[in-house]
Amino acid sequence: MFDRRLVQYFDWGLLGLVTLLSVFGLVTLYSAVTAGGTSPHHALYVKQFMWYGVGFVAMIFSFLFSYKTIEKWADVIYIGCNSLLVAVLIFGKLAGGSKRWLILGPISVQPSEIAKVAVIIILARYYSKFASDRGLTIKGLVNPLIYILIPCLLIVNQPDLGTAMVIMLIAATMTIFVKIERRTLIGIITTGMVSIPLVWFFLKGYQKERILTFLDPGRDPLGAGYHIIQSKIAIGSGMIAGKGFLKGTQNALSFLPEQHTDFIFSVLAEEWGFLGSAALLILFLLLILWGLNIAHGCRDNFGTILSVGVTALIAWQVLINIGMVMGLMPVVGVPLPFVSYGGSSIVTMMVCIGILMNVSMRRFLFEKG
Amino acid sequence: MKNYLNTVNSDWFSQRITGVILCITVAFSVLFVRVFYLQIIEGETYRRLSENNSIRLQSVDAPRGLIFDANRSLLVDNRPSFDLGIILKDAKPLEETVDKLAGYLDIPATEITTKIKAARGVPSYKPIFIKRDIGRNAMAAVEVHKFDLPGVTINIRPVRHYISSMHASHLIGYLGEINSDELESGDYVGCRGGDYIGRFGIEKSYEDMLRGKRGGRQVEVNVRGQVVRVMKTVDALPGRNLFLTVDTSLQKLAESLMTDKVGAVVAMDPDNGHILAMVSNPMFDQNAFVSGLSHDEWNALLSNPDHPMTNKVLQGEYPPASTYKIVTAIAGLEEAVIDEETIFNCPGYYVLGNRVFRCWKRGGHGKVDIHRAIAESCDVYFYQVGEAVGVDRLAHYATAFGLGSPTGINLDNEASGLIPTSQWKRKRLGEPWQKGETLTIAIGQGFNLTTPLQMSSLVAAIANGGTLYRPVIVGSVETADGNVLQTGSPHVSGRLNISEKSLAIVRKGLWAVVNGKRGTARGSRLKGIEMSGKTGTAQVVAIKEPDREGGQTDKKEVEHRFKDHAWFVAYAPSADPTIAVAVIVEHGEHGSSTAAPIAKAVIQLYIEKKEGEYQAGQSAGSGELLSQMEGRIANNE
Repeated sequence: MFDRRLVQYFDWGLLGLVTLLSVFGLVTLYSAVTAGGTSPHHALYVKQFMWYGVGFVAMIFSFLFSYKTIEKWADVIYIGCNSLLVAVLIFGKLAGGSKRWLILGPISVQPSEIAKVAVIIILARYYSKFASDRGLTIKGLVNPLIYILIPCLLIVNQPDLGTAMVIMLIAATMTIFVKIERRTLIGIITTGMVSIPLVWFFLKGYQKERILTFLDPGRDPLGAGYHIIQSKIAIGSGMIAGKGFLKGTQNALSFLPEQHTDFIFSVLAEEWGFLGSAALLILFLLLILWGLNIAHGCRDNFGTILSVGVTALIAWQVLINIGMVMGLMPVVGVPLPFVSYGGSSIVTMMVCIGILMNVSMRRFLFEKG
Repeated sequence: MKNYLNTVNSDWFSQRITGVILCITVAFSVLFVRVFYLQIIEGETYRRLSENNSIRLQSVDAPRGLIFDANRSLLVDNRPSFDLGIILKDAKPLEETVDKLAGYLDIPATEITTKIKAARGVPSYKPIFIKRDIGRNAMAAVEVHKFDLPGVTINIRPVRHYISSMHASHLIGYLGEINSDELESGDYVGCRGGDYIGRFGIEKSYEDMLRGKRGGRQVEVNVRGQVVRVMKTVDALPGRNLFLTVDTSLQKLAESLMTDKVGAVVAMDPDNGHILAMVSNPMFDQNAFVSGLSHDEWNALLSNPDHPMTNKVLQGEYPPASTYKIVTAIAGLEEAVIDEETIFNCPGYYVLGNRVFRCWKRGGHGKVDIHRAIAESCDVYFYQVGEAVGVDRLAHYATAFGLGSPTGINLDNEASGLIPTSQWKRKRLGEPWQKGETLTIAIGQGFNLTTPLQMSSLVAAIANGGTLYRPVIVGSVETADGNVLQTGSPHVSGRLNISEKSLAIVRKGLWAVVNGKRGTARGSRLKGIEMSGKTGTAQVVAIKEPDREGGQTDKKEVEHRFKDHAWFVAYAPSADPTIAVAVIVEHGEHGSSTAAPIAKAVIQLYIEKKEGEYQAGQSAGSGELLSQMEGRIANNE
């Protein structure tokens, strides 16, 4: 049963925005992997192209079936994803002291990226049934808490604190979006404020040091602190118009750590200046507002909450990543959507866009009847 | 139940979405302001800093822990190595700089250019090393002409310095550059390419203790690459200092006695397992490893037939020969096969089935009891003990003495030796055990293999009344400022479940080996110190068959590599032992003539030194008295 209106309602604007962002991303990545004359990285660029291809297919797949189907399959997706997270702890590839990757033949998958979407779907389904305008009480928060904690604990064990934190932030955003009852909210906040000093008291010296360094990279002048200084120099030295494509010196001399993944915004800002960075920020802002607009246009609770969740995922990653490279946030390994190198991240982002399109093109379902 | 579906609707959601939009707008505004601040307001400053890549990181190497002997005298420390490098970015004009540099270093300019070309992957702000360890004179020359040599840097790197070359090399070991597999393994926290890690001996097994933690500096440099400001510093944490249990004077004596011999000496304190000396000869020069061995030098070491790269004390596996009779004797006594009264006749051979087993003494020992059998090492006596006990019960006692498994010393690649059982032979060779083989086992030949370290533990256990200690080489581990982190407290790895009586009988026999009228080691008696021990002459497998069957026994014609190994295990003083020693000299032929004198000298030095210390302590008081008296006498005059 193909509905003609699906084409009529197709969200060409969203597709255009994503295409623009992807072009931005690929151009910047080209510079990040080429500069400095280190050839082995060139392969990464080709790989990223391929991942965009995979992502494109995943996006189409995500809007082909009605999001009502996604709602039905929420449990399966959630359980399947947690199984992958368990598998990664057992069979995962150990790299740089953590197990984040599952090797499946020629490709490696990062299940924690998929977990982000799975948590959004299961929470959206739950909240679409149990949200009320009075807000959620403790009783209504038990299930979501379990939904969040299972994957987060598995991810913390990898260990990948950055991704676990992003999942919690998205979940918190969705929960606050569907409203928490006032007294419950006050209760949660007070409990948090009381327990933080208590927990702090019981932490060991090195654990405290680690948290302090996380919050203030300057405490680690040879590691994160130094990276942030170099990143700030790269961004700042771009000035208004930038140093020009492939001309970033900080980038070229590999002064930037992880220049093709976490610190890719610094490369862009150095070469394209304020004009480039502002343009990228505006594109991201537009994309997020677009996503919220889709949520607004949807007449169905699940669709609305799902769109907000997916948009929150994109928003948090942008804010954390760019905030971090500019020295506003702790140093966490969170990729910049559509720009950072990384297959799992690209595919996840494209799936998010697919979901948004899905909700957007099926808004007619509830309009007239 | 309330139907929640009716309580929220899209109008309600609209309000909530407006809230989200508000939050997003605020957050993005913060990002915009920050970008504006960094790129427009502070842009000039950052552009200037970036043009010169002027914020750089300099690492500060952590000095590796020092190694001292038991008397706290220094064995290993660090010295500075001046490594000359060139930073291409700052070295302008390059050619002129290279030419000048070549002059000061006294090497052809082309050599420098080749090095630079070879290091193509190195970022231009990082130094390319031209020559490591250039020495103080060259360093001074370069430092003086610093301003003529832009971009030339001298990096001071601490390198290992072994104070005496060819001294305790197997025990202490050496360092080597870390390889990429090791870097990726994650076992070497804080290490990076070019670092040196322990490759052998204590340097390897105590790597985690010895290695410090690297520090660093954030610095701002000027156009010439010179530091103008140190922004932040993280101090390096020096490695831990090790205090060995080894006594240098004893070690040096044993080493000098082993010169031009191949073999091993190990001395142990029987009361706690502390290793007092550990020598494996030939040795290697540890300092040669510091500047890096050439391929040829390394190959020469590896292909040397005397295996200088093996620590024979714990990696050398030899048939224990007659030293094993200690085990056979204990087994016979404990299994009640023999007692003090048992007498066997030794006509010089023993017949089992259709085979003849010879005693080392062709004419035979006549009627022997256990006492004489040990003292004179009568093979025929022990053939009969072994036959009665059987291979598996024999193996039981050998294993109880720690033979057949590593002692657990904290050094790499310890060999476990071999104590055969009938089951072992069936599994390994698929053949049943032959009774005749038990006879060869009983005198420590055949499949039996032991390391000198195992034999010293064994003899130490006899000496101390039956306790096996895990050998200890590090007496204490201390931080650079002297806080003791760890002490080499004794660790009991086994207790022999044998009667006082059996032990006493064997000890008496071992005493007679040295002090008895016809003891095999009578030649190594010590004046004033009673020593107990056991000699051994291990047949080298290759000669065994043709020698026995062909009857060619003219040893002078036998090639050196087919000559027997000489063993001696001992402890002293016999009554209250303070030192246990095991010596093996490869192809030394007779334990009594080559191995025993070495053990004797080591024991003599150790005990005399100990007594000297004791007397010094005693006479400290009386000496004072004496001088007072002398003073009085002087006054009287």
